[in-house]
Amino acid sequence: MTAVVAALERRLWFRPSTSWIVPAALVGVAVFLVVGSLRSSLFAQQTISGLANGGIYASLAVALVLIYRATEVINFAQGALATFTTYVAWQLMAWGLSYWPAFACTLGIAFAGGFLVELVAIRPVERRGSQITAVIAAIGLLILVEGSVGWIWGNQVKFMPAPFPSHIYNVGGVAFSRQDLSTIGISIAAVLVLWLFFRFTKVGLAMRAAAVRPQAARLVGVRVSWMLSLGWGLAAVLGAVAGMMAAASPSVLLQPSMMDGILIYAFAAAVVGGLESAAGAVIGALLIGVLLNLLGSYVSWVTPQLLLPVAFVVMLIVLLVKPSGLFGRTRVRRV
Amino acid sequence: MRLRRATAASVAVTVVVAAVIALLPLTLSNYHRATGASVAVFFVAILALNIVTGYTGQISIGHGAFMAVGGYTTAILTHDHGWSDLPTLPAAAIVGFVAGVIVGLPALRFHGVYLALTTFAVALAVPQLAKNYPNFTGGTEGLALPTHSGLWLYEVGWAVAGVMFVIAWFLLRGRTGRAFRAVRDSEVAAASSGVTLAVYKTVAFGISAAMAGVAGSVYVLVNNFVNPDVFGLTLSLYILIGAVVGGLGSLWGVLVGAAFIQLLPIALTTSHISSSQSVPVIFGAVVIGVMALLPLGAANLLRVALHFGSQSRQSSDIHLGTEGR
Amino acid sequence: MGVLLTLSDVDARYGQVQALRGVGLTVEEGEIVAILGANGAGKTTTLRAISGTVRRRGTIELAGKSVARKGPEATARLGVAHVPEGRGTFSELTVWENLRLGAYVRRGSLREDFRRVAEYFPWLEARRSQQAGTLSGGEQQMLALARAVMQRPRLLLLDEPSLGLAPLVVAEIFRIIRELNDREGTAVLLVEQNARTSLMTASRAYVLEVGRVAFEGTSDELASQDAIRRSYLGY
Repeated sequence: MTAVVAALERRLWFRPSTSWIVPAALVGVAVFLVVGSLRSSLFAQQTISGLANGGIYASLAVALVLIYRATEVINFAQGALATFTTYVAWQLMAWGLSYWPAFACTLGIAFAGGFLVELVAIRPVERRGSQITAVIAAIGLLILVEGSVGWIWGNQVKFMPAPFPSHIYNVGGVAFSRQDLSTIGISIAAVLVLWLFFRFTKVGLAMRAAAVRPQAARLVGVRVSWMLSLGWGLAAVLGAVAGMMAAASPSVLLQPSMMDGILIYAFAAAVVGGLESAAGAVIGALLIGVLLNLLGSYVSWVTPQLLLPVAFVVMLIVLLVKPSGLFGRTRVRRV
Repeated sequence: MRLRRATAASVAVTVVVAAVIALLPLTLSNYHRATGASVAVFFVAILALNIVTGYTGQISIGHGAFMAVGGYTTAILTHDHGWSDLPTLPAAAIVGFVAGVIVGLPALRFHGVYLALTTFAVALAVPQLAKNYPNFTGGTEGLALPTHSGLWLYEVGWAVAGVMFVIAWFLLRGRTGRAFRAVRDSEVAAASSGVTLAVYKTVAFGISAAMAGVAGSVYVLVNNFVNPDVFGLTLSLYILIGAVVGGLGSLWGVLVGAAFIQLLPIALTTSHISSSQSVPVIFGAVVIGVMALLPLGAANLLRVALHFGSQSRQSSDIHLGTEGR
Repeated sequence: MGVLLTLSDVDARYGQVQALRGVGLTVEEGEIVAILGANGAGKTTTLRAISGTVRRRGTIELAGKSVARKGPEATARLGVAHVPEGRGTFSELTVWENLRLGAYVRRGSLREDFRRVAEYFPWLEARRSQQAGTLSGGEQQMLALARAVMQRPRLLLLDEPSLGLAPLVVAEIFRIIRELNDREGTAVLLVEQNARTSLMTASRAYVLEVGRVAFEGTSDELASQDAIRRSYLGY
């Protein structure tokens, strides 16, 4: 009897019993961060730069969620594509464009690139294969794209011009770098624009329909396969934003493997959010960014090398304790 | 009857291949013998991945991490504890087995993309751990090991590969192999027919990681040094490429895959067709092409053409966990 | 009134299983036609062959234009609205978003369409931001119909609109179908298990048997022949 009830509960979308825990915990975290920031200016600075990192992870994580929702494929090449587009931006600047025009061109190139990649590399595989073949194709794409970066631009570190003058704002004894604040702003803006697009435009709605019910979407006239290509294009744009923000950050070097680690943080963020929820991925990304930054600055044995393993452990804990993520709904496993 | 004829044919082919591998060093230079040894390393690593992905259907993108565990076992034991080379191989297998079980236990609860995600993260996290404990591992500098002649490496590498192949052969032919395939083809059916899922999946991960650990040891001997970059993400991905090119779920493809990974770059650079920088680009394109055109791998194509092995037909459908779409 | 839809000699198959064998039928403009038959007779497949969601062969013409090689996206653009069995609503999206998707193939403002839809389904207005999956079965079926109306189709393909619904709701749905046909002149091709209700709604009907048309005629003819009624229509 209880098993039946449990099974029914799992099938329900809303599980009222424990639904207050996650929001309560988030409020708790927010209170902790605010109180901490008010009491210590160092804490405030570390929180802000954690949020800035989180913004970078958020753009990439939302890109992953976008593709996962549409095709149930984790795009392992998302980081490599971001790196590639960042190199494109670097190249445009090396040819004499100034930062923001290069930024804008890069977003356009990223969109076209993502669209083409889906068309050329992913669609033929999707059409024939199972999920494992699609995952492996994504890995192939990762190798291909990261390899092309090394082939075209070499493996040496490049230096990206800084988009923002290194300016420090001083608010009540706390120094905020303009770099961090702009990164947060741009990442949030990118995700917000995307959200508006999905919410209010016809194409955005069609993309959502194609993702949740491809068959029904075709019946109302949506060209589902184009929607998938479009999704890859948009994901690549978000990735490009993440890549350029990362390259602007003083702690990240522009090299072919630039996004490998950031991809793991984005994975962890997406998993925290339940892999299917963009909002969840953003919150997950901000949490991970702040958590890693605070751990790195307050816990002496957490060295920069350990941040990646820590993110891995966070991901593992979420998967073991709440595999649907903090915001995802539990899906019944179909066998 | 048919099965027995297929087995006889396989045995004959095995003998011929083994003879060719045994006689090959006579014609090779010292340098190329060492290259031959690294083909053997990839042979073992791809074999290991095949047990877990090809036969139980659990994807792993992190097998380089298990190689790292084995490789560091060998390096630390010889460098700091005065062991000689070969006795470290069983030690690497044991440490690898333990690491595999540790990763395999949580992996029991993950399916499909989640397992892909976690193993990918393992592949990136393990080298970071090696960097973080320099007292043990020599940090980014790494540890240097004694050098060996190409012939010695070739012999050790292929002897190890032979032993591993025989182990895998017996493992996958017998009861365990049937259980593994049952796990892959349908978890529910396997569970209801009495296969203890958890045990088999964990054991498969353990054995696979043990083999990868041994591969890592030999790899370290061949390179005669070790540092975290040796076991980076690229290594894990290359093992996966090898398995894909050879065909998941096919013991024969392992040799094809290993040769592809090690020999293609050499062929490209020595023939001046292209620089070594283009190798990953070609690998990536090949992987996507294989997935789009013949998802069962090149070796499977051969096998289908030769009507090899009747049990292999079922391996045409490789599942990732059990999710539906 | 001209002929809107012509099928002749249409075959369709799912893998190895042949579901339709040489089916032929016509629908005039502004007509309601029913397809009847037992489970597995090929009723649903006939609709799927028209909208292009099954592999098929033969002649399928919509207003003189061949659609036999077109996919569902293209047939939707040509004015076919297919409401599949199980309704095909986007349960994850809101009512309003479902309606917007109905009008996906058209350009221009939706206000006029929405006003029209609200005349048939006045309750939709208040529920527009509700998630479609939380509607009752009958409401979801009506939403599916409303979405089809948004498309302004020339031909409406309805697959088992009464499935699993209470008799009162079924009556309401059929009333709306008739009203739609009356006021908009939309032709309807209706697949139903419920033969009595469909014969009361449709002017003509086809009876399918293992993938072929076994009988065809006006609703009155079919209902008045006891032999057909007993062996094929089951009442």
